[in-house]
Amino acid sequence: METARNISFTEKANKVLGISPKDAIISKSYLLVAFAALLIGGVLGLLQGLNRAGLFNLPTWFNYYQVLTAHGLLLVLVLTAFFTIGYFYAVLSHNLGGLLPKVRKMAWIGFGMKIFGFVLAVIPILLNQATVMYTFYPPMAASPIFYIGLVFIVLGVWMCAFGCFTQVANWRKNNKGQHVPILSYFATGVFVLLFFGSIPVAIEVFMIIPWALGWVETINVLVARTLFWAFGHTLVNIWYLTAVSAWYVVVPKLIGGRRFSDMLTRVVIIMLVVLNIPGGFHHQIIDPGIAESVKFLHVFMSLAIGFPSLMTAYAMFSVFEKTARKKGGKGVFSWFNKLPWGDVRFLAPMIAMIAFIPGGAGGIVQSTNQLNQVVHNTMWVVGHFHLTVGTTVVLTFFGISYWLVPFLSKRVLTPAINKLGVIQTIIWTTGMIFMAGAMHWVGLLGSPRRTSYTTYFDNATALSWDPYLFFLAIGGTLLMVGIILQVYAVVYLMFFAPKGETEFPIAEVENHATKTPYWTEKWGRIIVIMLLLIAMAYVIPLVEMIINAPPGSPPFQTW
Amino acid sequence: MKMHLDEKIWLIISFGMIMGFMFFTGYQTFVLGMGPPSEMETIDPQRVDETAPFDEPGVYQIGENEYEVVMTLEIFSFNPGEIEIPAGSTVHFTMTSKDVTHGVQVAGTNMNAMVMPGHVQRITQTFREPGEYLMLCNEYCGTGHQFMATTITVK
Repeated sequence: METARNISFTEKANKVLGISPKDAIISKSYLLVAFAALLIGGVLGLLQGLNRAGLFNLPTWFNYYQVLTAHGLLLVLVLTAFFTIGYFYAVLSHNLGGLLPKVRKMAWIGFGMKIFGFVLAVIPILLNQATVMYTFYPPMAASPIFYIGLVFIVLGVWMCAFGCFTQVANWRKNNKGQHVPILSYFATGVFVLLFFGSIPVAIEVFMIIPWALGWVETINVLVARTLFWAFGHTLVNIWYLTAVSAWYVVVPKLIGGRRFSDMLTRVVIIMLVVLNIPGGFHHQIIDPGIAESVKFLHVFMSLAIGFPSLMTAYAMFSVFEKTARKKGGKGVFSWFNKLPWGDVRFLAPMIAMIAFIPGGAGGIVQSTNQLNQVVHNTMWVVGHFHLTVGTTVVLTFFGISYWLVPFLSKRVLTPAINKLGVIQTIIWTTGMIFMAGAMHWVGLLGSPRRTSYTTYFDNATALSWDPYLFFLAIGGTLLMVGIILQVYAVVYLMFFAPKGETEFPIAEVENHATKTPYWTEKWGRIIVIMLLLIAMAYVIPLVEMIINAPPGSPPFQTW
Repeated sequence: MKMHLDEKIWLIISFGMIMGFMFFTGYQTFVLGMGPPSEMETIDPQRVDETAPFDEPGVYQIGENEYEVVMTLEIFSFNPGEIEIPAGSTVHFTMTSKDVTHGVQVAGTNMNAMVMPGHVQRITQTFREPGEYLMLCNEYCGTGHQFMATTITVK
């Protein structure tokens, strides 16, 4: 009883006084690394875009494929992982009465391991000894240092996942029978996925390391590729779930409304966690060695994820309409005018959501067998993930940064920076329309991804793609401007903005909301269902790939 | 839990749409035989040159307007390099890789397949219109990846 009272006291103190400096510095460090990765990754992206359009030649000592490998690693791994962890650790601290000392220690150890791993991975990339893309498909073999770096990154992520589980378990012990606050519930879902989703890639890397060192002669190429996508596909949805957390919980507060049904929100989280990992073969629809029936099952699992997303679409627009009508909004569409379009904290995630309409539709379309065959490995796919990750997820992250950073630094968002943010959002959106639009289009015509500028010996078909690639370069240039503005805003809000208190915006549920049933708290059960579905999707094909394996492949360095 | 009628309708439409996609995908795959290339046959990737049929890559006529192309892929070329066929031909490609993972794609058609070491890949394409078709590698395979291409001439 005594401890319970203490906990609730610290929780209250935390809410009134804001985040403790020791917790704030953790999240600030994670966010700084994330935005540094954005800046460097963005510059590399611009170099690629200009090269791809034939406007700029990259030097031999830092070629297109090195640039591309680094761009991928920085943006899909570093930016997203560091932002997600920084954001959710701020959530855990704010929601659950401050981080426990041991959790804080775990966050720092995780931070150190990830940075160490990242440095190890980047050195061989810079030396042109790991020009294998972030997907590092065997039998291309990078320097073993690269893979050892990846091991440390994964271990660092696991450390943070266990930190989250420790924190949540402790809160539950002290608050028996209560629901974990919604954002911490999102955090739990994300870290469950991060942990289980990165197990396949960890196994893959442990297969590769002895082979890359020469201790083992050959490797099973298809198994490695399959393990990679079991992870890669999950990672994508981890970013998405992180973005969704802000849509459900933060955005309603910013527009002065209440959040959608608590139960439905939790059901969406559970569905995204359970249905997520068993869909990875949609990246391998035209691979040999996987039966059509197995591919069909994975297409089903992949499309099933569309369902909670469609639930989310309804929930969001329902909240918007309800809030806008309460403020006097009228008509079928004119209530839209009552939304705070001039507030970057709303505008950025709103555009992110709108971008997910074509992004999600494109995803459903390209996951189906025959349509996948048209666009697989073309620029279409690159356009798709610049629309989903590069716009839906990243723009939501940007929107979050305008309140999360001042919350952490105990400063305030000034009107000038808000205006800058609005301009930034517009530039980003325009840049992405140009870039992702051109990529989708030229991909449909057949232009391949991950290929430096080429006319294929002046082939007429390839030459006809050049005008689209030029639009890609224009988009890329706009995005670079956007990145500079965004990084400036983050640095300003973290170190230079006027001192003050910024609220952590968490919307309340409706007054007459129905009570959420307690089964949603039974994570053990949810994880068992998840593991059963993973087993259903992967055990048979993996056993088949191992039993009917061809003689393996030796390592190749083809760059 | 109380749900509004419009929400129920929306969710039923959502569910129906996903099921519709699944139905058409399944129908095309299993009834019309339009499934994605999924050959299960394997091969020793270090002995491709000694293994039939890849010991003799080339274009073979196997029927009226029907051809088989036995093709090996290695950095950064296709073998055979030049393919010439009459318009209206159906071509059955049998492919494998001698080194890393490649992807083969013919721009302007639906032909697109991964070609991996240790695995045979099969895909069929009918070329109705005469012209020069660009065949390229669409999986990053090394420094010269952007030069890995050839043309299929349809007369």
